[in-house]
Amino acid sequence: MGRTLNAEVGKFKPGDRVTVKFEDRPGHLRTPWYIRGKTGWIERVHGEFLNPESLAYGRDGLPKKTLYLVAFNQSDIWGRTNNADKLLVDIYEHWLDPAGN
Amino acid sequence: MARGHHDVGGLPGAGPIDQTEYQLSDWEVLADAVNQALGAKGIKRTDEMRRAREEMDSAAYRDMTYYERWIASIEAILIEKNILTKDEIDRKLREFDAKWGEP
Repeated sequence: MGRTLNAEVGKFKPGDRVTVKFEDRPGHLRTPWYIRGKTGWIERVHGEFLNPESLAYGRDGLPKKTLYLVAFNQSDIWGRTNNADKLLVDIYEHWLDPAGN
Repeated sequence: MARGHHDVGGLPGAGPIDQTEYQLSDWEVLADAVNQALGAKGIKRTDEMRRAREEMDSAAYRDMTYYERWIASIEAILIEKNILTKDEIDRKLREFDAKWGEP
């Protein structure tokens, strides 16, 4: 399946605060619009996977990209909510910056 | 660029999600089978199917049901990979229509 489940990869570690890039470019983008530009934290490192943004065009998906489970406060995403739940989204490393940059 | 027609998470006005059980039609089960078979043979990948749906005409995308989008994506990918031509698909459709279509 082209996947390596390995938590010892990638430049971010669980607990690191990250901001999702607000990118908008042509092509198959694997990060939903509503989460772009938002700040959360790394919940889990899933491992390395073939890049779906390359696979979408029949290419080989290499180099592999580290995929993270990223957590956000619901109130940071939707505003006007006292909901204490987290929102969890799978996001590839090339979509993430260290928070504050 | 703007947000794609497929990328509607969090948009207001969508209303509540219909959570009633849905009975699949035979053609929808067949669409799933064709999709699985093409994947198992390495002819297409899920990411290509997603990209094909994103590239569709937005009005057509919104008008289609879930499995209609699947079928349209499969058609687009098979044509793109030169496995079938649009003419071949249209010819077969006319054959089916003559055989089983409304008189």
